[in-house]
Amino acid sequence: MDFSIASILLLDGVTNGAVYALLAMAIVLLFAVTRVIFIPQGEFVAFGALTVGMFQAGQLPGTIWLLLAMAVVVAVLDTFEQLRAGLGAAPIVRHLLRILALPLIVCAVSWWIAPSKPPLLVSALLTMLLVTPMGPLVYRLAYRSLADASVLVLLIVSVGVHFALTGLGLLFFGAEGFRTPPFWDARFAVGPLMFSGQTLITFFASAALIVLLWLFFERTLYGKALRATAVNRLGARLMGISTTAAGALSFTMAAFIGALSGLLIGPTTTVFYDSGFLIGLKGFVAAVFAGLASYPAAAIGALGVGILESFASFWASAFKEVIVFTAILPVLLWRSLRDHHADEE
Amino acid sequence: MLKRIRRAAVLAATMVLAFTTTTARADLTLGISLPLSGPGSGLGIPIKNQLALWPQSIAGEKISMIILDDATDPANGVKNARRFLTDDKVDVILGSAITPVAIAMAAVAAEGETVQLSLSPAALPPGKDRWTFRLPQSAEVMAHAVLEHMKKANIKTVGFIGYNDAYGEVWLNELQTRAPAAGMKVVAVERFARADTSVTAQALKIVAANPDAVLIVATGSGAAMPEKGLVERGYKGKMYQTHAAATRDLMRIGGKDVEGTYVVSGPALIGELLSDSNPSKKAAMDFAQQYEKAYGAGSRNQFAAHTYDAAILLGKAVPLALKTAKPGTKEFRAALRDALEKIGPTPVSHGVINYTPTDHWGFTLDTGVMLKVVNGDWVLER
Repeated sequence: MDFSIASILLLDGVTNGAVYALLAMAIVLLFAVTRVIFIPQGEFVAFGALTVGMFQAGQLPGTIWLLLAMAVVVAVLDTFEQLRAGLGAAPIVRHLLRILALPLIVCAVSWWIAPSKPPLLVSALLTMLLVTPMGPLVYRLAYRSLADASVLVLLIVSVGVHFALTGLGLLFFGAEGFRTPPFWDARFAVGPLMFSGQTLITFFASAALIVLLWLFFERTLYGKALRATAVNRLGARLMGISTTAAGALSFTMAAFIGALSGLLIGPTTTVFYDSGFLIGLKGFVAAVFAGLASYPAAAIGALGVGILESFASFWASAFKEVIVFTAILPVLLWRSLRDHHADEE
Repeated sequence: MLKRIRRAAVLAATMVLAFTTTTARADLTLGISLPLSGPGSGLGIPIKNQLALWPQSIAGEKISMIILDDATDPANGVKNARRFLTDDKVDVILGSAITPVAIAMAAVAAEGETVQLSLSPAALPPGKDRWTFRLPQSAEVMAHAVLEHMKKANIKTVGFIGYNDAYGEVWLNELQTRAPAAGMKVVAVERFARADTSVTAQALKIVAANPDAVLIVATGSGAAMPEKGLVERGYKGKMYQTHAAATRDLMRIGGKDVEGTYVVSGPALIGELLSDSNPSKKAAMDFAQQYEKAYGAGSRNQFAAHTYDAAILLGKAVPLALKTAKPGTKEFRAALRDALEKIGPTPVSHGVINYTPTDHWGFTLDTGVMLKVVNGDWVLER
């Protein structure tokens, strides 16, 4: 181990850590607003990467069918509910349009454009539009009716959602993996380090997203509403904030972040339908570093996980995952000794 | 509402019952357990594709198949195998494609005295494989081909990067025990997992050790990642892949970085390249034509070929066993086992299988062929 090797490992760790940081942020956000420990966060990553991969291979991505199926099920459920509530035809149709319009348009465009192997940026954009709407749909299908259940129940539902999404991923994407071309092929040598364009894009995108999130929470009404919901659900409702809308919004953001992470990670590794789980889990470890509460701490934790992973692969690649996931134990111990939290249930 | 649900449940249950009773009445019954979901699904799905192309009957006996998903989980494999024996009274168990699952099922098959045709190279302790016959080549057969090729290329030092699982371990064992005899030294041993986001660290360490050749042990599209990592870190030596990587996914994912890679394979994938004197040529060509006609050009793969071979073996063994007993009986199952040991050298798409009472692996050491990736296609190495 000399300086050049250490710096290469450090760069590799920070690159992966930047992606874990995004996922950790999404997990913290979801937990704060909805109290859901969102295990399937990684699935959005895999869906994002695989969708781009299939666009690049000139195939019609399976995400289309998944999105359509979810949108239709939600539409049927909502219509049923509204009919029972005795709503008139006009609001029901308006609601249906609101749910189905975006998925239908995006799917139609994808269906039309996929065989002609669209350029990378177009595929990436379509991918974001295909994966992001899944967030609120998952929320509607799995979590909304359980919004007041205990954290444990929500966690168990998350495990179920994870298995469902992984199984659907296999059905729609097949068992083989995809690797997407990098967005930027350039390479820059700085001393022993080799920066690839993709690395720089990953850094830049992560940093930009973190800044955007900060602005969103500090400066916008929606962001403040989410923060209010996170602080106190009942209080937020008394102030006229819809906790359901807050949940749907935070899931939309989580799916957006997941899909973006998928785009960032797709060119550096081969992504399979089930790859998302481990990636998401590392984001979760980082989120636990932050006690599922603080965004900056989650980002730092994520960089720590990335660097630890990189060095662990160098010294003892057979025990890499063991080392990374064991690192959570002392953190949990330290946190539970430090925080005397009141039982919120 | 509740009543309606109950009625639907009863209806569903009757349908399932009706289904199982009709299958149980058929002539030659196959219980097939495959990883159709989970990490092994990449192997299970092509096998199921090939099963759809099987002949309708063997030696005049109609074939009926009961295909269950074991989700790459040994516990499910055992459950499936028990169901095959107690409920379905199958004549042959086929599967699974993943080694830990196949090993777990072997114990059940032996207990129920039913032949298991394993689609994975399941290593069992001596005496435990009385009822288990493997269709894939053992790692020993394939490692022989790899090391012979390395020896010819005058390679003195070897690096290893492989999956952090049983498949990687089996190959590491073969490499470490055979390398000294071949005059080679294993200078770096690194592991990775299919879902890893980066192999930079492992690649760095191998490049630092600078071996003449690197053996990469991984499956399908996961096999390209270490090669890309090594090339990115400036590795210039030779790279070898095992037969689990002998699919076009290697080139699809790896692109120009996998040019010049040596891949050991069974003959089934490259029927066109084999010389006419090769005993597998006919079966390999027939398999490829059949499979690609049904599933598209370039879709042939190793595990579908093993499944094709299973039909050839049954085609030879079942008529022998029929002389002793009728399918569905204990006597038939025992006769089928004996027949498999008696049919002698049988050319199949993956080589020549010759099961004997002491050897249920069947393939000879010269089965593996060495391929080289040239311009994104396979070329046979001699």
